[in-house]
Amino acid sequence: MRLDLVPRTRRSSLLNLLSPALAFVAAVLIGGIAVAALGVSPVQAFVTYFVMPLSEIWSLQEIALKAAPLALIATGLAFCYRANLWNIGAEGQFVVGGLAGGWVGIATHGAEGMAIWILPVMLIAGTMAGAAYALIPAVLKVRLGVSEILTSLMLVYVAQLLLDYMVRGPLRDPAGFNFPQSVGFDPAARLPYLMEGETLHMGVLIALLAVVLATIVLSRTLFGFEVRLVGASPRAARFAGFSDARLTLAAFAISGGAAGLAGIAEVAGRIGQLQPEISPGYGFTAIIVTFLGRLSPPGILLAAIVIALTTIGGEGAQIDLRLPLDLTRAFQGLLLGLVLGADVIARYHVRIVPGGPSSRAVP
Amino acid sequence: MRGSFKKFGGALFGAALAIGQMPITPAIAADKLKVGFVYVGPVADFGYSYQHDLSRKALQEALPGQVETTFLENVPEADSERSIEKLARSGAGLIFTTSFGFMEPTLKVAKKFPKVKFEHATGYKRSDNVSTYSARFYEGRYVCGKIAGKLSKSGTVGYIASFPIPEVVSGINAFMLGAQSVNPNIKIKVVWVNTWFDPGKEAEAAKALLAQGADILTQHTDSAAPLQEAEKQGKLAFGQSSDQYRFAPKAQLTSITDDWNGYVISEAKAVLDGTWKSHDTWGGIKDGMVVLAPFTNMPDDVKAMAEETKKAIADGKLHPFQGPVYKQDGSIAVKEGENASDPMILGMNWYVKGIDDKLTQ
Repeated sequence: MRLDLVPRTRRSSLLNLLSPALAFVAAVLIGGIAVAALGVSPVQAFVTYFVMPLSEIWSLQEIALKAAPLALIATGLAFCYRANLWNIGAEGQFVVGGLAGGWVGIATHGAEGMAIWILPVMLIAGTMAGAAYALIPAVLKVRLGVSEILTSLMLVYVAQLLLDYMVRGPLRDPAGFNFPQSVGFDPAARLPYLMEGETLHMGVLIALLAVVLATIVLSRTLFGFEVRLVGASPRAARFAGFSDARLTLAAFAISGGAAGLAGIAEVAGRIGQLQPEISPGYGFTAIIVTFLGRLSPPGILLAAIVIALTTIGGEGAQIDLRLPLDLTRAFQGLLLGLVLGADVIARYHVRIVPGGPSSRAVP
Repeated sequence: MRGSFKKFGGALFGAALAIGQMPITPAIAADKLKVGFVYVGPVADFGYSYQHDLSRKALQEALPGQVETTFLENVPEADSERSIEKLARSGAGLIFTTSFGFMEPTLKVAKKFPKVKFEHATGYKRSDNVSTYSARFYEGRYVCGKIAGKLSKSGTVGYIASFPIPEVVSGINAFMLGAQSVNPNIKIKVVWVNTWFDPGKEAEAAKALLAQGADILTQHTDSAAPLQEAEKQGKLAFGQSSDQYRFAPKAQLTSITDDWNGYVISEAKAVLDGTWKSHDTWGGIKDGMVVLAPFTNMPDDVKAMAEETKKAIADGKLHPFQGPVYKQDGSIAVKEGENASDPMILGMNWYVKGIDDKLTQ
């Protein structure tokens, strides 16, 4: 017996829309069983995970702050993944962006007279550094045919160690007892808060802007068409005269730039200094977000919010219900698996063919 | 169960009420002190975060009915501000943030919640409602160094170090001074693994050190991997944070264990009595904050020497950094007849004479 996937001839748009929602419901049901097995009321857990975080101004802001870097990175990644280019190294591009932009903030520490320029220069430096860093695997792929999956991933560790070295060495706060951290940035080098006395900062607006921009570029421009075409049918794209190499470089530069911008926005926003660790894994989580959002910027925004919500709800569940953190992580994984699974079902008929091995017999 | 239903009702009611309003605190019994803990690692069943969680449990047992404890584990340092604020918002009156990297976020949140008391482990910045506490780990390391000096046949000890911060550097120095006090020719090889917990990296470092001729290992990291590696190769080692005897019954000599129970309980009591004040605590063997696991796998005379040394440190008769102490370059750091001051130990960024490694400056 084997399973065959037969493409549906007519794609139901209703099913397309409903499949992630159904996947979410299924994930909640399975998660509920796990919660019940741990001796906690599933209803109470649902409220703690999904309702409580939405009920306070503070936690709403925290969701936005958590979703912003995810959405920004994932939006960039959508350009790569749409074109079947596998940039796995957004985490490294994020770190390099934060490092380069943060270096500007440290170098201008205490400088007067150019205050209004510091922040824009930091943001640009972060974006450029992220883009340049992402171009390394892109150039290696275009020139030498090296798999971008491996190189982009391995460059993550290089970036993390570089940051680590910099905050222990050249960029260390001289007054910090040898502890691995830089000086705190001047107010001019921090992203401004959107509201006095609150935590929401301008990074959230940057992410929203990026999502809008990417939506327009992907759906309304020739470049967006090229990205989609190369992904859908590389041969057709080549016949149409689009250059693989140019697109590879462009897509990597965009995703790296977005990740670098997210990095400096995090450093200049929440953290306010350089330290050995500036990301709780945003670059990797963003890969999940990209696919949960089905490679479309608005979907990504929604997915980023859902992931942020479960993370923050998960914290509440740890505190209020003493549910383990592992449950939150398992739930996030479950959600991704189910969304991707539901997508397959929305696109294909699953046909059970009785008897015999697969037609593509192994010799 | 009743409590949780009440809470559920409160939560629903709160959720309905609070949309678009100021934050609310969930319903908790007002007379109980809610104590929150933020851990950098997993609670697991050994290691640094585990030791802190033991103190949480001890607190719960010591003051039943008066405190309610809760914790967040595996909190990334870059993402900790929200986690700490979440605890403050959920009604905690006392919050222990247990890793150095939580220092700035703790101070930021503390500023916003002036009525909540914060306790930050291993940091150096305080404020009106932020205390700091740490343990004089170097005292335990001096004892370990002495044992190693006696027992090492190859005359080389392998040291697996985490990050070159003063706490770790002063530990290496204390270990060396202890070892030199019984064997002036002892050598220490240091490998920096740049992590507090990574069994894979720690095991690799252990293998490398053993291959370079070390016959005793010591570590300033949390996993049992180096001990297990020593056990496999029939060598000796010291544990860290928790008693790791069960992982290496033939290799563990002793383990430098943190015991935060007494401190955590007394701080909670102070909050309950209203006598809590911001302060800095640096406890050692005397205060019961640094505890050495039973001395095993060594002859009786070495055991007796170790016990004696421990007692001398506890009684204040022996200071690990008793002068004269020389720096690597031969210049004098602590004069004859003096002891290193606390600020000197807390900011230690130089090696004592005889250590075969270079600190990045």
